[in-house]
Amino acid sequence: MPPSDTDEAGPGGVGDRPPSEIPGAPKAPAPGDGGSGSAPNVVTEKGVATQKGEVPGGEQAAELPRGTAPGIRFEKVVKRFGSNVVLRELDFTVAPGERVTLIGPSGSGKTTILRLLMTLEKLDGGLIWIGDETLWHRERGGKRVPADQKHLHEMRKQVGMVFQQFNLFPNMNVLHNLTEGPVRVLGLSKDEAVERARGLLDMVGLTDKENAHPTQLSGGQQQRVAIARALAMQPKVLLLDEVTSALDPELVVGVQDLLRDIARQSDLTLLCVTHEMGFAKDISNRVLMFDQGQIVEEGPPDQIFGEPSEQRTRDFLQAVLAS
Amino acid sequence: MSDVLDSYPQWLDGAWVTVRLTLLGGALALVLALLFGMAGTSRHAWVRVLNRVYVEFFRGNATLVLLYWFFYALPLLGLRFTTLSAAVLALGLNVGAYGAEVVRGSINAVPKAQYEATVALNFTPFQRMRRVLLPQAFALMLPPFGNLLIELMKGTAIVSLVGLVDLTRVSKNIQGSTGQTVAAFSVVLVLYFIIAQVLQLFVRYAERRVDRMLGRRLPSEPSLETVAAGAPGTGVTG
Ligand SMILES: Nc1ncnc2c1ncn2[C@@H]1O[C@H](COP(=O)(O)OP(=O)(O)OP(=O)(O)O)[C@@H](O)[C@H]1O
Ligand SMILES: [Mg+2]
Repeated sequence: MPPSDTDEAGPGGVGDRPPSEIPGAPKAPAPGDGGSGSAPNVVTEKGVATQKGEVPGGEQAAELPRGTAPGIRFEKVVKRFGSNVVLRELDFTVAPGERVTLIGPSGSGKTTILRLLMTLEKLDGGLIWIGDETLWHRERGGKRVPADQKHLHEMRKQVGMVFQQFNLFPNMNVLHNLTEGPVRVLGLSKDEAVERARGLLDMVGLTDKENAHPTQLSGGQQQRVAIARALAMQPKVLLLDEVTSALDPELVVGVQDLLRDIARQSDLTLLCVTHEMGFAKDISNRVLMFDQGQIVEEGPPDQIFGEPSEQRTRDFLQAVLAS
Repeated sequence: MSDVLDSYPQWLDGAWVTVRLTLLGGALALVLALLFGMAGTSRHAWVRVLNRVYVEFFRGNATLVLLYWFFYALPLLGLRFTTLSAAVLALGLNVGAYGAEVVRGSINAVPKAQYEATVALNFTPFQRMRRVLLPQAFALMLPPFGNLLIELMKGTAIVSLVGLVDLTRVSKNIQGSTGQTVAAFSVVLVLYFIIAQVLQLFVRYAERRVDRMLGRRLPSEPSLETVAAGAPGTGVTG
């Protein structure tokens, strides 16, 4: 259960998996195997994260999630809407603490992937691993059965999401938006929650807005609050779905800079959907290019954006640049 | 006219009965509306069935027939009610059915994104409803609730048919004893209107509070409501 198991639980994690699927991860390590040496870039990444963690990074860093983040692994994931098969046996892995950007044409299923991880959509087939546990299934009597609400509640503790449209609660002021989750869900005392919220508001540069109402804030400010609200729950996996695409152009950079700093100072496992290549380069170690529910190409941002090897990726990047 | 006005103790007693029936019936209707309205948004089919059965049954029956049941029929089956509680039950059950539809519709009208944000913050189903969906749905419920409350108030007139001396009954009595038909029925007209206006005032106040909670300052009100209340479109200043 504790997500911190993930780093050491290599053997256990593998044992949980049907044997047929273990060799199925040639490109990247399974979440459970983090740091076993199968992918050097991941080890480096962990190294970086740990290193940064040890630097006494001032007061700000204190609120950011630290410690071991779980990896994520999709195994033959199927998702359909009616007869529309959006994900067809999708396989991919995100290492613990890795930061991955998903790109791809509209309708390729990027949002669907994040929503499956946030349990906002139901899984139709395959397995989704967070750390060494399956999100949509639980063990019962040696068998894997569909998860109940209790299991989903446990699993969701590790995951946070920031939405394109912010989705702040209009029936609460800014501070209340940030404290409601920690108080009601995490069981923090009011004072602890307020202290945490103020720390986060300071980090996102909105100290003076704690009593403001969401409707009184600009889009950029609302998104900062939404980011703070997600972080207040201290997730270990953070999902960002086109978080700046609803913002006025002049507000985009500020929010992107904030997220970049958060990404670098924390060791969150990050999944980010964005069309902004600069931001993708800033924030991620790896880019996955999707089309029609499959990965077309993957690699470091510089490679994908600089010299993509697939025609479909080149076409997509052309189209994004043109827009 | 002076004969009619001289009977003001009777008028007051009648008005008090009408107001009490309105408030008690309204309270019962509100509780039932919230319970069955929320049931109507449940994930579980059998809970939604409860909502449908309640709504269809009590919305589909005349309030007067319900009243006859509570007043005449059920006592024969061993269930006795005081006149007042029989009336409150009949009115509350009937109006609560309409209210349940209002509650269900309002909760469903809260943007899906709000629900998704509560899932992302790992709220329990109860917390989702209690902390986010219901407070926001409340803003949508209030105008139709105002209408229903006034409908309920007017609907209380049927209790005069089972012997409760409400405002309507008092007007009939005084018309009979004084012979001043126009005067008696004019007074009762004005009294109902005043009660409706006071109720409307409370609803407006609640609407304003909820608007402030939601960070809105919109004075806009559905015009139907104003028409039904017979009130001029008073602007609400934020
Ligand atoms: N709730 C839904 N009901 C039916 N179809 C859906 C639903 N959500 C998504 N889809 C379909 O699933 C496919 C993938 O959608 P998704 O939102 O994941 O794409 P995306 O890659 O995020 O696209 P975009 O870049 O436009 O955001 C689309 O064909 C879409 O029409
Ligand atoms: Mg999308």
